[in-house]
Amino acid sequence: MFAFIVRRITQAVLVMLVISLIGFAIKNRIGDPVRDLVGERVTPAERAEMREKLGLNDPFLIQYGRFVKNALRGDLGLSFFHKKPAVAVILSKAPATLELVFAAALIIIVISLPVGMFTAIYPRNWFSRFTLSFSTLGVSIPVFLTAIMLIYVFSVELNWLPSYGRGEMVNIGGWQSGLLTLDGLKHLVLPSFSLASIMLPLFIRLIRSEMMEVLETEYIKFAWAKGLSRRRIFLVHAFKNTLLPVITVFGVQIGIMFAFTILTETVFQWQGMGFMFLEAVERSDISLLVAYLVFVGVIFVVVNTVVDLVYGLINPTIRIAGRK
Amino acid sequence: MSHLLEVKNLNVKFALRFGELTAIDGVSFTLDKGEKLGLVGESGAGKSVTGFAIINLISKPGYIADGQVLFDGQQLTTLDEDALRRIRGDRISMIFQDPMMTLNPVLTVGAQMIETLKAHQRLTNRQAREIALETLQKVRIPSPEKRLNQYPHEFSGGMRQRIVIAIALITNPALIIADEPTTALDVTIQAEIMDLLQALCASEKMGLILITHDLGVVSQVTEKIAVMYAGKIVESGPTVDIITTPRHPYTQGLINALPGSRQPGETLSQIPGMMPTLTDIPPGCAFHPRCNFKTLVCEMEVPLLMSRFDRARSVACHIKDN
Amino acid sequence: MFRRFKDSYLFYSFKQDKTAILSFAILMLLLVLGSLAPVIAPFDPYDPNSIDIMNAELPPAWAGEGEAQFWLGTDIQGRDLLSTILYGLRLSILIGLGAVGLQALLGILVGLAAGYLGGKTDAVLMRMADIQLSFPYLMVAIFISAIFQVVFGIGRYEQLAVPLLIVIIGLAEWPVYARTVRASVLGEKKKEYVEAARVIGLNRRLIMFRHVLPNSLTAVMVISTIQVANAVMSEAALSFLGLGMPITKPSLGALIKSGFEYIFSGSWWITLFPGVLLVLLVLVINLLGDWLRDVLNPKLYKG
Repeated sequence: MFAFIVRRITQAVLVMLVISLIGFAIKNRIGDPVRDLVGERVTPAERAEMREKLGLNDPFLIQYGRFVKNALRGDLGLSFFHKKPAVAVILSKAPATLELVFAAALIIIVISLPVGMFTAIYPRNWFSRFTLSFSTLGVSIPVFLTAIMLIYVFSVELNWLPSYGRGEMVNIGGWQSGLLTLDGLKHLVLPSFSLASIMLPLFIRLIRSEMMEVLETEYIKFAWAKGLSRRRIFLVHAFKNTLLPVITVFGVQIGIMFAFTILTETVFQWQGMGFMFLEAVERSDISLLVAYLVFVGVIFVVVNTVVDLVYGLINPTIRIAGRK
Repeated sequence: MSHLLEVKNLNVKFALRFGELTAIDGVSFTLDKGEKLGLVGESGAGKSVTGFAIINLISKPGYIADGQVLFDGQQLTTLDEDALRRIRGDRISMIFQDPMMTLNPVLTVGAQMIETLKAHQRLTNRQAREIALETLQKVRIPSPEKRLNQYPHEFSGGMRQRIVIAIALITNPALIIADEPTTALDVTIQAEIMDLLQALCASEKMGLILITHDLGVVSQVTEKIAVMYAGKIVESGPTVDIITTPRHPYTQGLINALPGSRQPGETLSQIPGMMPTLTDIPPGCAFHPRCNFKTLVCEMEVPLLMSRFDRARSVACHIKDN
Repeated sequence: MFRRFKDSYLFYSFKQDKTAILSFAILMLLLVLGSLAPVIAPFDPYDPNSIDIMNAELPPAWAGEGEAQFWLGTDIQGRDLLSTILYGLRLSILIGLGAVGLQALLGILVGLAAGYLGGKTDAVLMRMADIQLSFPYLMVAIFISAIFQVVFGIGRYEQLAVPLLIVIIGLAEWPVYARTVRASVLGEKKKEYVEAARVIGLNRRLIMFRHVLPNSLTAVMVISTIQVANAVMSEAALSFLGLGMPITKPSLGALIKSGFEYIFSGSWWITLFPGVLLVLLVLVINLLGDWLRDVLNPKLYKG
């Protein structure tokens, strides 16, 4: 077990090193720290002097070492556009994205669990058939199209829900939250449903197939032979065993949702990290771009590692005992 | 005088895409209170399906096409789901083959015992726990208080089968259907579990249907035997008679294949060929391709299960005088 | 002999499955429409002379203010929407197929090398694939395109958009192929005919290309369909983000983006028609992929 943990963490560190190397290479090749600091109106002589002072003429590996050292202290350079440390810019945008992902995850759980279980228990029911064929359609609709359709129906035509921005927010210790006001929640509805829409079909199918597999097991057959109620068999015996693999996939998919926040935030002008990233691309704000890369890299590596570790801990004792 | 269980002309079919398969074809037998019956045959003969058909728990494409299962005079094949649920696990319990797969891995042993009790009786958690403890003692599990809170993976295979037996026993059923209860276990543990099952049947006065491919085990435990081949009973009667004077060529083949049937040094005989799969059961007597005594009539006509020699015995074979 | 049997089995299952037939028919239709766009489109959307800004944002012909010559209406620049969509479809298909071709080429080479050579090569290559696979492909594609755009500058990037997008999406998804091919190579390697080929002294590379590769192709075929759908989606997403095709040469995604800006003023058609076509294209490819997977891999029975 200990060896497994060490191996997994070593791998995580390795991945982070690769990402930081890529990030640094981008910065080193195409970024311009002088411009980040003082803008473009400096003479070539001044530039050369500053480059020397900033150590930009040092060998690649030395500069990379400095980059990693600074990164570990939470310093990923200055954002050219915002005139602030890149990490500070990202942190100010993070709450918006995290709240969006959180709301989408909640929607996914609340819808996919009951629907997935229902379609597994009653595979021949019309609702199950409908859901399944609809889920293929669901994965074929790009998230931005879902978002636009939702906006057209609920904002443009019906005028029920706002289509952009986060609405009224409350500041809790530096965390700008839209979860506590009615207006903020209204603004959250369309973006979070759009974001959830990509993962929903996948999760309904996953829960369905896991549950169907569980329902075929000997212990479920034994539970029937014991004369237990349907309720207990489905909601206790089958549910608990379905949940385990689903949770681990869920962890990974939450990470993947961050990629789709870029699209969702663009459509809804949601002032989160994804929106900020696209702005950074348009403004060629290399430091911010690289900081985003490293930041997202950290999120992914942490999520993947934690999921693997949790899975590794549960796996040998419970999962193997229950299935072949 | 009524029997505890009376199975009459049971037919089980599987509805598949390309047509229907008959898994159980006209199976009939009876069992009295406290009596023990062995259902014997190779795998695929329909023994397990028969066991599940008794409590009407056949998984999906399969269904009971015809026949009756009378338990205490009650017809089970037409009973509604809720009434069946109340009989399953209460009056009729089952023991499955592989204890590694039978217990739910994410629930404690105690929870799986108590839920069975509470599905059939109005009890407080405390009372149910007491009964669970007693039952664990009955199946001779040491330190039951501690064991109650453990998960299945903390038990060995033999121990788990004891727990499965305890779950089957916990409601004092009138009948236990044990489907190959020792096949998945180590040889040394097999005997222990069989002894335990036999002792419990005697002390609790339970009927037992022991489903197995092992004629040796059956001969030591049950009073009656029914031999199945390709979905039909081909021979039935008192255990002693069947073991000493088997009439059907298939039963003879099974007994000759037992290690105890020969002198040391002699080779064991084997029945040539394989049992047909359900999709291509030969016409006439299903056993004829493997039979050493077959005549022309065996290839044409299905032999009926009839009493011959004495009333307790039945054989389905055209060869009348062997 | 075996191949012929398999082909006929494939064809037989195809004839049995109405969804597969319909999907295939629609896909063929879309491919024909896309490849013949310059021939069948009533206007040339790339020709500035045919565009009149006065015609901008005209609704479809059947709507009140529509004009008969612009059957599906016009876009924000006054281009005939039908023609622009057909050209866009052509670009989406071209980029999708090109990207999958590149993915397959990279992935198959890496997968073969890793699976057949084993040892350190295998460890290094697969570790690389693992690292990339731990990030969502869309994220990878967005990053690569963002960097390309900064490096090339927007003007150059837009000029080179088609080959660049093929490279970007190709680079973003090769690990899927590498893994699949490696797995089937490892499976095939153990089989007797490879051993036999070795014993009679065939050279390694020859065994790899002549014997192992053809037997890995079933798996490659199955993932390829799904990958084309993914690539089309990725292209649309990148274009929607402004990291793909420019509005002067719009793909379906770029058209949706340009239409989105005008949806609040009620010009729904600029978004809706390319959107429907995009969904249709991806949907039929996905349906065919599902079908192919079920037919070629009986173990993964669709429950």
